[in-house]
Formats: sequence, structure tokens, C-alpha cells
Amino acid sequence: MKMQPEALLKQEYKIRGGDFVNAGESSCRIRNTLREIGIDSDIIRRIAIAAYEAEMNVVMYAHHGTMQVDVYPDKILLIVDDRGPGIENIQKAMQPGFSTATEEMREMGFGAGMGLPNIKKNADDFKIASHVGKGTKLEIIILLDEKNG
Amino acid sequence: MTLTQIQKLLQAALISEQGASDIDIKFAKASDLMSDVLAFSQPFSDRNTLLITGLTNKQVVRTCEIAGVGAIIFVRGKKPTTETIELAQECNIALLATSLKMFEACGILYVNGIKCASPSKEAKDENAT
Repeated sequence: MKMQPEALLKQEYKIRGGDFVNAGESSCRIRNTLREIGIDSDIIRRIAIAAYEAEMNVVMYAHHGTMQVDVYPDKILLIVDDRGPGIENIQKAMQPGFSTATEEMREMGFGAGMGLPNIKKNADDFKIASHVGKGTKLEIIILLDEKNG
Repeated sequence: MTLTQIQKLLQAALISEQGASDIDIKFAKASDLMSDVLAFSQPFSDRNTLLITGLTNKQVVRTCEIAGVGAIIFVRGKKPTTETIELAQECNIALLATSLKMFEACGILYVNGIKCASPSKEAKDENAT
């Protein structure tokens, strides 16, 4: 079995469902941290967009959740794990334009059904698992190349 | 294009000037959908993009911070809340406001040389021919 090298950096943030006032703060903190350790700006942009969309999903739909970022020498792993209603039909939820957002969310400029497709587009590897009535877990991997070494 | 030039072209008021002085806008995107702003964000983000929008809540500023947008102009006479302005200052994102409609603001900037931040393939082909 291939040994997983130890993470160079680990951070975890708590996200509160319905907290629209602070929504996005954790993603901005992650972005700032990655900037401080000198990660390539295009990689940071992709991580930040994926993190922000995932964070907004927790704020909009779940009760609470955590967002964890692990930086490895060759990749960045982002895990977003929430307790909430879960997703009934993942295939449908992955379709651009499909959304169960409320009017309030749409008024804020979200809920256009682009969140999960946007996350997938920015990830090198994307896994989603959900249990109805329990919650949803996303695993997002973005690979680092030599220029980020 | 400097923000002062944009301000004149769009008869706009400068709502928050934090981050405004060193900016050179080359691209713009216009949307009221924040996911669109994220989906079409540039592979490079050096604050040379302007967002034209009618949404004024805090999330607009957050979205721009994530997408690397340098300045926001609110159209249709919309005014941002104090919270939005405070966050913009913190994030170094300049804010303008105009009573022009989104279509008008886009048209004026377009004829004055501002390019689309995420041109469609069709538009790229058109420019190439």
C-alpha cells in the first residue's frame, strides 16, 4: 500500500447553517493562508471558488458543518462535511441549473444550480456522498505541480 | 481604464475608494448571479476586472474577493448597505454606483474598449475574423 505523506498544513473551520452574514469568511481565510505559504495563484483561485461554493451550500441548506483543508506536497485536499437534510438525487443535483433554493437565497445571487458543477469544474478529483436526513460530504482534490513546490 | 474614467463614462458616484487608486480595469462581467461570477472568473486575477451588478448585499463583495474582481459598480440606482461598504473596504474592493441600467452600463464600457471577462467561443471567433 502506498503511504500517504503527512500533511504540511491542516486547518478546520466550522460553518453554521443559515449564517448568511459570515458566509464566505472561512473560504477567504483558507485563500489567505494558501497565499501566505506561496501556493500558485491559479491553484488558489480554484480552491477558493470550490471552498466558497461548498461553504455557501452548507450555509444555505445544512444545520452546521465543517470545512477542512489539508495541504500535502503534491495536492490540496478540501473536505466539507455537513449535518443536514442531505441530497436526495445526487445525479440531479450535479446537473447545471438544478436547484432547490428558496427565494431568499436567489435574492442573494445564489441558488442558480451552479454550485456543485462549479466545484467539480475546479477540482482535479471530486467525490460526493450524501445520506438523506443526515448530511452531505464533499471531498475535493486539487493537484499541485512543480511550480508550487 | 482608471476608475475615474469609468466614473465619468457611467455618471457614477464613488461609494468606496479603498483600493481604487492603483486599479486599471481591462475586463468586465455583468451578472446578478454570484455563481456565474465564480464560474466565469479569469484564470488570472490581478484586480483588472470590474463587476457590473444590481445586487448590493455582502455576498457580492465576498464573491468578488474570491473571484479576484477589483471593483464593483452597482447599476439601476441600487445603493449598497453599510455592511457591504465595510466589507469592501476590508477586502480592498472599490465600489461605484450609477443610475444607468445594466445594459446601458455594459454598452458604454464595451464601446470604450473594455473587454468581456469571459468571452464566449463565438465572440472569440468573431473577433479573430
